[in-house]
Amino acid sequence: MTTADIVIVLLGVVTVGSGVMVVGTRQIVHAALWLVVSFGSLAASYVVLAAEFVAWVQVLIYVGAVVVLLLFGVMLTRAPIGRSDDLDSGNRIVALVVAVAAAAVLVTTLVRGFRDAYFPLKARVGTGSSATIGASLFRTWVLPFEALSVLLLAALIGAIVLSRSDIGPKAIEEDPEPPARPRRRGDGPLARRRTRGPDDEDTIVLARIDEEV
Amino acid sequence: MHLVYPVVIAALLFSAGVYGVLARRNAILVLMSVELMLNAVNLNLVVFDMRWADRLHGGQVLTLFVIVLAAAEVGLGLALVLLIYRNRQTVDVDRLRTLGEHEEEGVRQ
Repeated sequence: MTTADIVIVLLGVVTVGSGVMVVGTRQIVHAALWLVVSFGSLAASYVVLAAEFVAWVQVLIYVGAVVVLLLFGVMLTRAPIGRSDDLDSGNRIVALVVAVAAAAVLVTTLVRGFRDAYFPLKARVGTGSSATIGASLFRTWVLPFEALSVLLLAALIGAIVLSRSDIGPKAIEEDPEPPARPRRRGDGPLARRRTRGPDDEDTIVLARIDEEV
Repeated sequence: MHLVYPVVIAALLFSAGVYGVLARRNAILVLMSVELMLNAVNLNLVVFDMRWADRLHGGQVLTLFVIVLAAAEVGLGLALVLLIYRNRQTVDVDRLRTLGEHEEEGVRQ
């Protein structure tokens, strides 16, 4: 085990541990903060793997933008700030079984497949610098880059359209005559189908009850 | 550098994300779990880029693309979640069943 191996295992423990905390914690704000820890240690792993530019982009976009956006979402949906026990759904056990099975299959396959796979990390130093990546991005990958910019624009416009309430289709107006509810009595196949008018008996009774309440 | 450690870390992180997507009820927590899965994929891309010493740096460039896509996805996803919250006063994915077959359980407006 080289030093890089040890460092990446330690960072991996932090990454996976905080990832498990993200999906396991009972406080929704803590989940966002554990997400910061997970993304940060992942960025450190990128630095160890000599991909410095990706590491900085990870810090800037994930830690800087995505987590802040998620925290805004937490705030705007009035999520429970304190401890809440209803963050997990009923199929928790099934989810746990599926996740453990996926982890077992993936880890077994990867360990058996890459047991003897080594690569010289020292020879890769510098291949992840911003100069190298930038040159590659704007020479070889410039067409996907441009397509991605169009996609970002589309996502921006879509988010604006979705979050503005004064554009788009107008809200459906209240139906002046709501369809009659199925009655309890006389609900046979030949029951009278008649919309309930304001002069019906039970409507008036209900209105009186409302007044009393 | 041994290749197994980073790819196993990525697999475990991906499984944590799978658990989160399946088990969480709050839509924002589901989005966070999706981010975990995308990050696991990113780690894989960087590691294999470094292993093969890709001359075009495809792995790292694709990682950048995935990061940008994740940012767009989170923006749109949060816009959708806020829209649902504005219309239904809940972001509980278990209770948003109006597209399912059991209509009577769905949250109506």
